[in-house]
Amino acid sequence: MPKLNINGRVVDVDADDKTPLLWALREQAGLTGTKYGCGIAQCGACTVHIDGAPVRSCAMPIGALRADQKIVTIEGLSPDASHPVQKAWLALDVPQCGYCQAGMIMAAAALLKSKPRPTDADIDAGMTNICRCGTYNRVRAAIHLAADGGVARQG
Amino acid sequence: MDADTLELSRRRFLVGSATAAGGLMIGLHLPFAGEALAAELPPEVNAWVVVKPDDSVIVRIARSEMGQGTLTGLAQLVAEELECDWSKVSTEYPTPGQNLARGRVWGNFSTGGSRGIRESHEYVRKGGATARMLLLQAAADAWGVPVAECSAANSVITHAGTGRKTTFGKVASAAARLTPPANVALKDPKTWKIAGKAVKRLDTIDKLSGKQVYGADIRLPGMLNAAIRDCPVFGGKPRSFDAAKVLSMPGVKAVLRVGDSAVAVVAQNWWQAKTALDALPIDWDEGAHAQVSSATIARQLEEGLEAQQALVGNQVGDARAALASASKRVEAVYSYPYQNHATMEPMNATALYTADRCEVWTPTQNGEAALAVTADASGLPAARCDVHKMHLGGGFGRRGAVHDWVRQAVLIARQMPGTPVKLLWSREEDMLHGRYHPITQARLVGGFDAAGNLNALHIRISGQSILAGVAPQNLQGGRDPVTFQGLSASGDGEIGYTIPHLLVDHAMRNPHVPPGFWRGVNHNQNAIYLECFIDELADAAGQDPLAFRRKIMGRHPKHLAVLEAAADKAGWGKPAPAGVFRGLAQHKGFGSYTAAVAEVSVSAQGKLKIHRIVAATDPGHAVNPGQIAAQVEGSFVYGLSACLYGECTVAKGRIEQQNFDTYPMMRIDEMPEVETIVMPSGGFWGGVGEPTIAVAAPAVLNAIFAATGKRVRSLPLKNVDLRRA
Repeated sequence: MPKLNINGRVVDVDADDKTPLLWALREQAGLTGTKYGCGIAQCGACTVHIDGAPVRSCAMPIGALRADQKIVTIEGLSPDASHPVQKAWLALDVPQCGYCQAGMIMAAAALLKSKPRPTDADIDAGMTNICRCGTYNRVRAAIHLAADGGVARQG
Repeated sequence: MDADTLELSRRRFLVGSATAAGGLMIGLHLPFAGEALAAELPPEVNAWVVVKPDDSVIVRIARSEMGQGTLTGLAQLVAEELECDWSKVSTEYPTPGQNLARGRVWGNFSTGGSRGIRESHEYVRKGGATARMLLLQAAADAWGVPVAECSAANSVITHAGTGRKTTFGKVASAAARLTPPANVALKDPKTWKIAGKAVKRLDTIDKLSGKQVYGADIRLPGMLNAAIRDCPVFGGKPRSFDAAKVLSMPGVKAVLRVGDSAVAVVAQNWWQAKTALDALPIDWDEGAHAQVSSATIARQLEEGLEAQQALVGNQVGDARAALASASKRVEAVYSYPYQNHATMEPMNATALYTADRCEVWTPTQNGEAALAVTADASGLPAARCDVHKMHLGGGFGRRGAVHDWVRQAVLIARQMPGTPVKLLWSREEDMLHGRYHPITQARLVGGFDAAGNLNALHIRISGQSILAGVAPQNLQGGRDPVTFQGLSASGDGEIGYTIPHLLVDHAMRNPHVPPGFWRGVNHNQNAIYLECFIDELADAAGQDPLAFRRKIMGRHPKHLAVLEAAADKAGWGKPAPAGVFRGLAQHKGFGSYTAAVAEVSVSAQGKLKIHRIVAATDPGHAVNPGQIAAQVEGSFVYGLSACLYGECTVAKGRIEQQNFDTYPMMRIDEMPEVETIVMPSGGFWGGVGEPTIAVAAPAVLNAIFAATGKRVRSLPLKNVDLRRA
């Protein structure tokens, strides 16, 4: 039975090695904040962090993961939606339907970790998630806001 | 309505509220049980407003929230009239079953056609105003003073003479027992303090933390999961399937036929169900349409362009005669493909069937329609069914008119009585079994008189009728009025030009691919046909596109006002940055006036970049300008994704594109700046979620012509070589 380190807890996952991490998170760990959109790593709705890097969990079999690799989902990004990215998203009213937004937020948090002051080109390259409602311009503005620490200053 | 029904309704609301607060696991509630809970219920002042003792207010929302902001806008309208403290407002959905039991007290649940606010604003405002009057009366009764001396503001009631104060929460129970007044006056929108303001959405916080429960996230005790495969060829059905091959796979509980055309695997969890379904041998009888292709459909539509018989949508003067005698004629043929809604959350529904009851949890744009399908598929009366509406991971029209996935879920649950089953479509199933944007072509012929004035226009549309596929009972003498959206003589989709001889007609040609209402509906292609062809006519006349339009828009001042506003802000007529070219378009849809100017460049290699969009919209009244701006921006993503990439092709009777690798859409790197002008002129209520989509593509296509000299008449752009000739 594979062991996974999810949001700081090591859990036994009762699933086949080939099961995508997305479905182990949603169905075994009960963490449904990570969404299914395409199943082929195209849309990014399933983005989580593995050791800090953004990963599309729908295409990552759990058998390829070790218990010492730290998986963080949207539920584990912060205890109370207080991550700078989440605060910027709230300040700018970014989500519409919201279904893609967990993946967007995880991708943005990872981007800011590697590039604390991203340019628009960095955002173009780092944010390849699909949003059908069309929140892209607010996503871009919120990433810049989070990078500037604007939310913290406002607070 | 009897007291028992009311009490039942209230208990169900309590369950609903507890669910919202309690996270993902949704407790099964037992109808007609839980008497002890009733005493804890906060008072329902009236159907729209519940006030708790701590002064927090719950506003009931009948329409569905799918990202478009209607939930917040409707709450603003109720709160405005209620005079409550906006910071204490939350919302909840009544169920369609409760609506049925209470004589449709919440009216229509349908959330499509950009009607969520514009069709219900009056009665929801009256709901808020009535609740305020009941609360005032209760306070006046307690104080023994005339109600006329009392006023409400920010959830506080004040008696003018004595300065005494109380709060909504303290008098709500008493207010709930009063008889509502027959007549209530509504505020002048000019005095609005909550409505009309860009307040923040009420539904954001849970969308940031993964707590928001979508239909796909539901978990019920003892629930199983289903994956389904419908015959990939529309109209086909399974001849046989070999269940024994997969029944021993991990977690698999059952392999079921679903209706005439589908097979489902039910398993402990969804990944197991999908894995087994992929391994299940199914022998399909592909039916009568297995040889249909995009090429055969195109020939069917091309024939319609020339057909003698057609259904008339708009007629002024005698266009045929005027064209026959025109000094100069311009002619062009355009086409628009099938497209999938591709909501980010695939179709899903969870159903629990027992011998005497059926309940469904699903994201739906029309809870009442979902309830009707639940009743029909379960064989139970609607009064013994209910639908629990979940937030939608996108709707765009897919989740409104046809609840095919709800029918499937109920048909599965009927075969497993007492066990809740969640049906979730794979993305591939969602792509292959959409209700597609209808396919059409159009031949446009314009005629100038000897003085060079546009004297005649004939728009012949050939292709698919949505109503014929979705609601044939609504055809009018065989004619589909929805086909003519944006080209009509008057009304919500009134054409913005005065042309002495005009004919708009439709040769209905219905291929076997099922059509549906797709965000923007027939405005999308009609605006491309009209607005790109008007540009062609302007070019033929040697005139600037804006100047040419002005001359034929004199009797359409509101259409012209948004066009002028967008053109002015974009700097139309002034030099654009080097290498950047502009195009414009205007259109009226869903009761609102919209216009856009696009700025694009096209590289020597034919690569398109859309730099900037300036968009203007006049929706009459603006309930939340911040959300209108969000909808306008989003409309460009939806409309330009369609323009750049959106195409479902048909081969061997089935759709070829099965996932986002072959059905791409716009991403952030292609997103232009969008500058939005919200210019409500008052006096009418127009929609917001869809109208702007219509101008997205034609503004860009007209800018591409300015940049390259190429007229793109067939979408999507991914198929077009934009290198200069």
